[in-house]
Amino acid sequence: MSKPIKKKTYGLLAEYDTARAVYHACEQVRDAGYKVWDSHTPFAVHNLDKAMGLGPSVLPWIVFAMGMTGASLAMLLQWWTSTVDYPIIIAGKPYFSWQAFVPVTFELGVLFASFGAVFGMLGLNRLPMWYHSLFNSERFLRHTDDKFFIAIEARDPKYDPQKTRELLERTGALHIEEVED
Amino acid sequence: MAQYKDELDPITGRMELVEGDHVTFHDVTEAVARPIEVPSSRWWIAFIPSVMLLGVYLISIAYLLYMGTGIWGLNNPVAWGWAIVNFVFWVGIGHAGTLISAVLFLFRQKWRTSINRAAEAMTIFAVICALQFPTFHTGRPWFIYWPLPLPNQMEMWPNFRSPLLWDVFAVSTYFTVSLLFWYVGLIPDLATMRDRAKTPIRRFAYGLFSLGWRGSTRHWLNYEKAYMILAGLSTPLVLSVHTIVSFDFAASQLPGWHTTIFPPYFVAGAIFSGFAMVLTLLLPVRAWFKLEHIITVKHLENMAKIILLTGTMVGYAYAMEFFIAWYSGNPYESFAFQNRLFGDYWWAYWIMVSCNVISPQFFWFKRIRRSVVWLFILSIFVNIGMWFERFVITVTSLHRDFLPSSWDYYSPTVWDVSTLVGSFGLFFTLFCLFVRYLPTVAIGEVKSVMAIANPHYHGDSHGDSHGEQH
Repeated sequence: MSKPIKKKTYGLLAEYDTARAVYHACEQVRDAGYKVWDSHTPFAVHNLDKAMGLGPSVLPWIVFAMGMTGASLAMLLQWWTSTVDYPIIIAGKPYFSWQAFVPVTFELGVLFASFGAVFGMLGLNRLPMWYHSLFNSERFLRHTDDKFFIAIEARDPKYDPQKTRELLERTGALHIEEVED
Repeated sequence: MAQYKDELDPITGRMELVEGDHVTFHDVTEAVARPIEVPSSRWWIAFIPSVMLLGVYLISIAYLLYMGTGIWGLNNPVAWGWAIVNFVFWVGIGHAGTLISAVLFLFRQKWRTSINRAAEAMTIFAVICALQFPTFHTGRPWFIYWPLPLPNQMEMWPNFRSPLLWDVFAVSTYFTVSLLFWYVGLIPDLATMRDRAKTPIRRFAYGLFSLGWRGSTRHWLNYEKAYMILAGLSTPLVLSVHTIVSFDFAASQLPGWHTTIFPPYFVAGAIFSGFAMVLTLLLPVRAWFKLEHIITVKHLENMAKIILLTGTMVGYAYAMEFFIAWYSGNPYESFAFQNRLFGDYWWAYWIMVSCNVISPQFFWFKRIRRSVVWLFILSIFVNIGMWFERFVITVTSLHRDFLPSSWDYYSPTVWDVSTLVGSFGLFFTLFCLFVRYLPTVAIGEVKSVMAIANPHYHGDSHGDSHGEQH
């Protein structure tokens, strides 16, 4: 089945009714050895990432790097403006009165770290992505309401239209459909 | 009061956060999304007066820009008048939103999920109102960017040793981070609105801002991490903001201002006033939008308890200020506090004490904590009291400084009053637009704390969660 038809298949989409059902279904898909697949839920189901076998997020490292950058830049800016570029004695304090520079250092550290958290999260998730194949499915619209989904992509090396469908049927899916790319 | 019976979660054994028999996820979506999609005409009853007040604000500001700050009642010892009072008042209001969204999140207080969205929106709008006052108090607001460290032809840099400059960084960071936090929380709910949208405009607008969110678990993993980190960052941030606001006063040498108790006292007061404003806003919203089963009486009771706690802390701080004024043996300090009690502004002081110290003590009674009418009335009292607290701190200290020859009496002009009243118009207009177009309750988060959301929940959504209850 290299390129027999023009319509490309994105993968199989299975629908579930409860958090419990999708949780156990994810465990089965994980144990079957699939890699290029995902689950879609209206809210973050507790520990579903573990049921899918996902590792921890790398986001904290991004946030840490950004926070340290922000704080360092703030301290550097205050040191440079107060001692090098515009040295001026204020209230008899030393030029580099670092204690007074702590609040701005803290605030800019928090600001940069927050940018890291939000834009790092969006970057890792490849958002914004306004078009996605799954939006071709009419039933998928309820993933933001009360339905739970598992999508196994055709790109997965283990993907086989028949066998994958059977696996999803065994997990107790209420409805299975093929989604166009 | 049978309707107030708390239902128990079958897994945790704690009360159910969403009340009612067999509430499904879809019911929650409907309850929150429907008032946005099919707006009630009652919304105009709130919106039109708000916009009229906003008009009052715009006129006040236009006249201020035309005439200058001379139209306010500022005089020589009292160079900081209502502008700083209103600034601190509004920033303080905002703090409850961050407390609910960040601090209660870190403490795993699941009940926060039904009120955090509205409280965070309140935070953002309150900070917008707060930023108006220092901006226009500068007299030449078109130079408001001067405190920023921008290279300029004068080859000058701002003085980073000044608490006022710290304030610029603290409040602008606070605004930015609150906005980001709020928006991150909104993304999944905007996707819910997108997927329900019936009109092309709605589908486009909600679709644009939901960024193509598709509830992927791989996304939730990073999303929840980002959410937790933002909560962890916001918690010290919110404490730092009101601490630095209090430094504006405490780092000066004026009796009544120059005290080390100010940072914790200001933070407690901020949370106190903010929770009162959350109640003032949410009591009508939950009634008009029929969200009583999501923002339950138990939620209101919890907020009343926080108001009682922080109100008592504020009362303790008032008492401690007086104790130190006496115990320090400093005649200027003692005079400043005697002057607060019995001086020209004695009435402001006693309004403050009645509203902030006495009125929250009613919340010791469960019946009052659970009465919507009492909660609303007392929340208004707290709002008034906390405005007077900032008035008392600012004006009573300034109008009697070290040099008796410079003493003067400060009274506001009609423009001071119209700017304050008008700023409520700005606040309520923004809040009305928020409840009209955005999900007032964090739909996804509320679902995640329902018993049926737990992967260990036995049975389907029509399970036996309500056991022996009828």
